[in-house]
Amino acid sequence: MTIRQRISEAIPLILLTILTLPVVLGFVWLVISTFSRRTYGLLPVDTKGNFGGLTLENWKFLVTDKDIWPVTLNTFILAVGLAVGVVLISAMAGYALSRIRFPGRQGFLAMTLILHAFPSVTLLISIYFVLRWISAVPLLGKGLPFIGGFGYNTLGGVILVSVALQLPLGVWLMKGFFDMVSWDMERAALIDGCSRFRAWWQVVLPQIRPGIAALSIFSFISGWGSFLIPYTYMTAQTKSVIAAYLNKLMGETVPMNYSAIAAVGLFQMIPVLIFFIFTQEYLLSIYAGGTKGGQ
Amino acid sequence: MATTSAQAATPSRRLSDRLRSSFVPFAFMTPAAILVILFFFLPVLIILGISLTNMSTATGFQNWRWIGWQNFQKIIAHPDTRIVLWATIQYVALTLAFFNIGMALVIALLSTHVPRRAGFFFRALWLLPRITPSVVYVMMWRYIAAAGPYGILNQHILGPLGLPNQNLVPTYPWLFVILVNGFIGASFGMIIFSSAIESIPKDYMMAALVDGCTIWQRIRYVILPMLRWPLMFVTAYQTLSLLTSFEQILLLTDGSFGTEVWALWSYHRALSNYWGNFQWGFGSALAAVLVVIGIIMAVIYMRYFRFGQLLQEPKIEML
Repeated sequence: MTIRQRISEAIPLILLTILTLPVVLGFVWLVISTFSRRTYGLLPVDTKGNFGGLTLENWKFLVTDKDIWPVTLNTFILAVGLAVGVVLISAMAGYALSRIRFPGRQGFLAMTLILHAFPSVTLLISIYFVLRWISAVPLLGKGLPFIGGFGYNTLGGVILVSVALQLPLGVWLMKGFFDMVSWDMERAALIDGCSRFRAWWQVVLPQIRPGIAALSIFSFISGWGSFLIPYTYMTAQTKSVIAAYLNKLMGETVPMNYSAIAAVGLFQMIPVLIFFIFTQEYLLSIYAGGTKGGQ
Repeated sequence: MATTSAQAATPSRRLSDRLRSSFVPFAFMTPAAILVILFFFLPVLIILGISLTNMSTATGFQNWRWIGWQNFQKIIAHPDTRIVLWATIQYVALTLAFFNIGMALVIALLSTHVPRRAGFFFRALWLLPRITPSVVYVMMWRYIAAAGPYGILNQHILGPLGLPNQNLVPTYPWLFVILVNGFIGASFGMIIFSSAIESIPKDYMMAALVDGCTIWQRIRYVILPMLRWPLMFVTAYQTLSLLTSFEQILLLTDGSFGTEVWALWSYHRALSNYWGNFQWGFGSALAAVLVVIGIIMAVIYMRYFRFGQLLQEPKIEML
């Protein structure tokens, strides 16, 4: 290979590296600053501004901050609740839409597609009213353990809204996965006298495990990082989720002292990074399936 | 189900079968249908309804009344409308052109012209902003833009060049609003474009090279024409997403420095404002404009991109 060829092959790599740099820089800063007293740009410094000042001080919040573990637990319940809810409900609806002929099927499918393109974030105001109505329902509204209920200002309400807004994507993906499963095993099961529910649960669902895994990961990540819905529908940011809590800390802290709260940010990133490192190919394919909201 | 034994059975058995077969899809669909009604259909009706009232903290949930189109007349006459509208157009157009389409296309083209594993690696990196929790992501950008010696840009690039040291977000608010949203938005188009490029038949690519065309000619005359469809899809889809998205702007500037876009204006008025007077009626009217645009565009996409073809009958129903 001539030098000329080598150069022309290196150009796209160099360009890619330059364009991707801003993405990487933020993460480099995040990691460095969580272990430094302060940072000047990307350099760790001590309080007098000399190079050095490496410390574990910023991670003390895990022990001393009494709010962090409750909000972490809430975030975890939200992420898991969202993943389980979306997968279960989408898998049920997706199965019926893919396998069973019933009146309204075409309509529901078309509606799923329209809702998938429809920007649900514009409905935040009226969802506020729906949640207030649910609040008025005895017990279900605000009397449940762990999640508080399904009404306004409860974790359950946030989960319910998040599941609903994720459904069009979930139903559409699940229907696609069911379409690809061959009919033979299911038919054999039904002929042997298996009920439709059992056939769905024991025969068909195990065959779309990769799809379930992908949708679960996608939902978990979006639930774990979600800010707008908990921020809007839960009033106390210290009893909400990590994202809302971190936002409150950011409002109280000047950038000079961001190291102290950067650790909270990196703490929130941990599960996302784990998924990113181990399931990249899943992520790339499911985000191709059509994300929305945000951008 | 209509098994062979059921078909041979007594009429009463057939009836129960028929009942069951309509019960089964119903049971499978119920949870999804309830949630869609509660959180899509009902809210659309509510928002259109409230937009015709004067409901606010002042009136409470009891003493409000219908005021017809007054909220919409108020929007038209409002001094902020032109400013916000212009800001929204600017935000959507620039983010779309430079990142959601432009950068997406550049990254897709570059990452398909390097070794496969390297291309995959870079595409995965571009996914990071999208999966990073938005609050953490915006915190990183605030630090990139912060005044020196803390901010990354000021300390390592602008400072050495002798440029004035300042917090860059208030100085160039639009630049950072577009960067913050753009680095998330680019990955959507990037994924779609790069899989479209990779699915172009190798013969076409080879033929172009054999005919002696340069890499630019190949991009211009072979790849881009093949990308027409994905390009239109991403443009249409992302226009709607950008038009209604405001989470990152809320976190970065909260609408100050002239970065209040339409969706954020509606959110501020109805659900989060500093004066504690939630104007549900006026905020809903602002949102209703977006809801109507959203419904129209969603229906157009479905028709235009032939989503209808995806709605074929289930091939496998009866035994």
